[in-house]
Amino acid sequence: MADESSAAPMLSLERCRELFGIAQQAAQSFGVSDVEALVAAHRDALTRFANNTIHQNVAEQAQWLSIRVLLDHRTARATTNRFDAGSIRNAVEQAIALAKSVAPDSDVLPLTEPSAIPRLERFNQATAEATPGDRARAVTEAIRLVEGAGQTAAGIYSTGQTMEAILNSRGVAAWHQETLAQFSITSMADDSSGWAKASAVARQDFDPVALARSASEKARLSRSPREVPPGRYTVVLEPAAVLDLVGQMFGDFSATALNDKRSFLTDRLGAKLFGENIHISDDVAHPLQAGVPFDGEGVRRRKLTLVEAGVPREVAYARASAQRAGVQPTGHGFPLPNEIGEAPLNIVIAGGDTSVEQMIASIDRGILVTRLWYIREVDPYEKIMTGMTRDGTFLIESGRVVAGLRNFRFNQSIIELLNNVDALSPSRRASGEETFDMVVPAMKVRDFHFTEVTRF
Amino acid sequence: MLVSMKQLALQALDFALRPGVSYADVRVIESRERELSTKNGRPGQVSSAESQGLGIRVLAEGCWGFAATDELTKAGVESAAKLAIEIARSSALAKKRDVALAPEEKHEAVWVSPCRIDPFSVSVEEQLGLLLAVDAELRRNPGITLAQTSMGFHRDRQVFVSSLGSVIDQTRTTSGAGFEALSFHEDEIQKRSYPNSFGGQHQLKGYELIQELALLEHAPRVAEQAVALHSADQCPEGRFDLILDGSQLGLQVHESIGHPIELDRVLGSEANYAGMSFLTLDKLNTLRYGSELVNAVCDARLEHGPGLGTFAFDDEGVSAQRADIIRAGQFVGYMTSRETAAAIGQTRSNGTMRATGWARLPLIRMTNVSLLPGEQTIEEVFGGVSKAIYMETNRSWSIDDKRYNFQFGCEIAWEIRDGQRVRMLKNPTYSGITTEFWNACSAVANRDHWVLWGVPNCGKGQPEQVIGTGHGASPARFHDIAIGAAYGG
Repeated sequence: MADESSAAPMLSLERCRELFGIAQQAAQSFGVSDVEALVAAHRDALTRFANNTIHQNVAEQAQWLSIRVLLDHRTARATTNRFDAGSIRNAVEQAIALAKSVAPDSDVLPLTEPSAIPRLERFNQATAEATPGDRARAVTEAIRLVEGAGQTAAGIYSTGQTMEAILNSRGVAAWHQETLAQFSITSMADDSSGWAKASAVARQDFDPVALARSASEKARLSRSPREVPPGRYTVVLEPAAVLDLVGQMFGDFSATALNDKRSFLTDRLGAKLFGENIHISDDVAHPLQAGVPFDGEGVRRRKLTLVEAGVPREVAYARASAQRAGVQPTGHGFPLPNEIGEAPLNIVIAGGDTSVEQMIASIDRGILVTRLWYIREVDPYEKIMTGMTRDGTFLIESGRVVAGLRNFRFNQSIIELLNNVDALSPSRRASGEETFDMVVPAMKVRDFHFTEVTRF
Repeated sequence: MLVSMKQLALQALDFALRPGVSYADVRVIESRERELSTKNGRPGQVSSAESQGLGIRVLAEGCWGFAATDELTKAGVESAAKLAIEIARSSALAKKRDVALAPEEKHEAVWVSPCRIDPFSVSVEEQLGLLLAVDAELRRNPGITLAQTSMGFHRDRQVFVSSLGSVIDQTRTTSGAGFEALSFHEDEIQKRSYPNSFGGQHQLKGYELIQELALLEHAPRVAEQAVALHSADQCPEGRFDLILDGSQLGLQVHESIGHPIELDRVLGSEANYAGMSFLTLDKLNTLRYGSELVNAVCDARLEHGPGLGTFAFDDEGVSAQRADIIRAGQFVGYMTSRETAAAIGQTRSNGTMRATGWARLPLIRMTNVSLLPGEQTIEEVFGGVSKAIYMETNRSWSIDDKRYNFQFGCEIAWEIRDGQRVRMLKNPTYSGITTEFWNACSAVANRDHWVLWGVPNCGKGQPEQVIGTGHGASPARFHDIAIGAAYGG
């Protein structure tokens, strides 16, 4: 049975203009002329499985209209999910009342002026129209493969669509829609497990059965895990492990974080900090990326060279931090008012030409890591992170994977890690659970610091 | 809302109860929130939000389906009900057995959480004024490079109806506030927070909580400690007796007792994301979880306190209960739902199903998982050994996906000699294996020092749900714990 609601259009730019018109009219009736509206909607469905059966299967649709008003360097925001004229008027009134409670702040700038923002086509009809039956059939096939290997499967298959728009009384009217599909699977044997995940704009761009096969094979290869003592090892971090760990540092590539002296780049911007083989950019238009081409202030996202040959070069600027620094905003600001400022969200780490297999073949004794888990910051300036390996940790000896290993706790400085990268694979879009999706390579890293071993 | 929440819920239930549907429940929720923050003397967030929506859960062909919508028209509600049924039927493609539910009584109730001062009735000027005063006080110390404060209020009214005939109308108001002072000097960032890190203290209370916290009074000490940490000695690496303050111990309870006792985790539901649990079914009533001083409960009742996990009924219509989890060190209970209780042969859920808002499915979530107070005075906790390290206020937390190996970092520590603080230590961390740690518990302070802490940001489920949980704890001491490994080697 087709899920008719999933195929229906979400809020169009024209509908957003109508909603904004109601808000603007309400604001004018209160004597306020500077108004901004963020409009968002999403329709998502997720089929979740465990113990080789579908156990949670959900769908949700929601929409928001978030009004910001500006009164003489004072600003505030009120949000509602009711789109009738009375509810919109209430939200406008709330925003005005909040703004009047705030003292004027020179950091609060006039609303953004309109500029050309290119559309990014990231909408896939087949993903938007995926039905519960489509997801259940794919999940059933994946489960069948894992069960056939005598293992137990758990995971998700999600499909969905989102739209975001920003409009303001200076004439900004930017709109974006996209789809996203994700499939993640953990395959568990008696004393081991393996994991694989993919995400894409189009659900046809990944194969759930192939992912199930990969997870199952990792579980098979890591049976009867050995225990090796903690210490410093050469590791091969698969792309998901790279993004979940290295991804923890990008909130610091922010002019506001630097101004607040909470960034590890404080006093380090422009100096060589990482190895020369580290090149990182932020690029919303990259073909493997997802996301919106404008920021929470309605500014077009610009490509940033975050790290060039190991040197941190550029950081993101919202409009206020850009004005303070006397530069142009980069289009990475969060919706105002906020205290965080901005951050890059479309990370692309340049890859190399060494395959994971070649990395393994080059290692006399080391460890292959599929996935990392529960990563938290231990030291904010040295950027020491702790976390665990999970679902596929292997011993490499004499250039071959020889056994599964019990999982480790690591305490590793990202600065040190990015100085110890001996090889990179070609980059690809990867997805983990600790940060957002990125385009990243696998990395061969020397002296990775494992500090403890757990019981499995 | 043109029709009442109850009418809407009953209408949705009617649409959901189609042939083949053996059970259905509906939650209609109206939410309101206010978020305020400051940074270095300027307003940060100044925002409010309101939302309305409903979630419909059905059991059809022995499988669950769930759909949520904010289109609260007759057509929107009917469409969501049809989708929930379609989803449940699609789940049957991979069915192994029919879902069975532990029995539950029909309940009809109206419940409103205690709230002495409605936080939404207090002016934003007054609330921001307090935060800005704290912010200014922190920055009076020239070593403070970043001062941040925050305050937040949430109110949810939820009408739950089910095919059992239950109609439950609950309103919960929560409040929270806190601040932090950061100091950057040379090659180091140090931080102190009050009354807890990552947003402060949060409880099921009104604005009276903010008044009780006496934020302004604590600002000078917090700023002074943040700056003093730069010249403190590095916390040593080795094995030492460890004393934890109540807020850090609350998080330790959360991670190494609260999550492992979620029966859905134990049974594999979370294996792909949050993970599983070392507390396999064979460990119930057989595992020595901790020393005899360790007594833990899961308690959603108001009698336990105004926690983020306090309510009258959970989100599948089961009344709030207290369940013993660890009794004199012995592991005796899980947190359950109607489905998981039935799966292990128990006769009733202990009422821990909770959802984040109307758009998400109820899952087993911590209510208030608390370490009960001990018998010792605070002097006995600190003075019972000749040497110990005392740590305060969480800075980092991490635990493996079966909840065995953990590592925590704290903002500050002191070396304790014969009950006295002899020197400040910076960058303290400790680590261990859950059961070894709780078995090393050698003293727990009495009720005079017991606080029901709020953790506002607990994540679980796919799609992820972030929810608030409560954790009562008083300072406690642990023997021979690994300290400092994070900065070692």
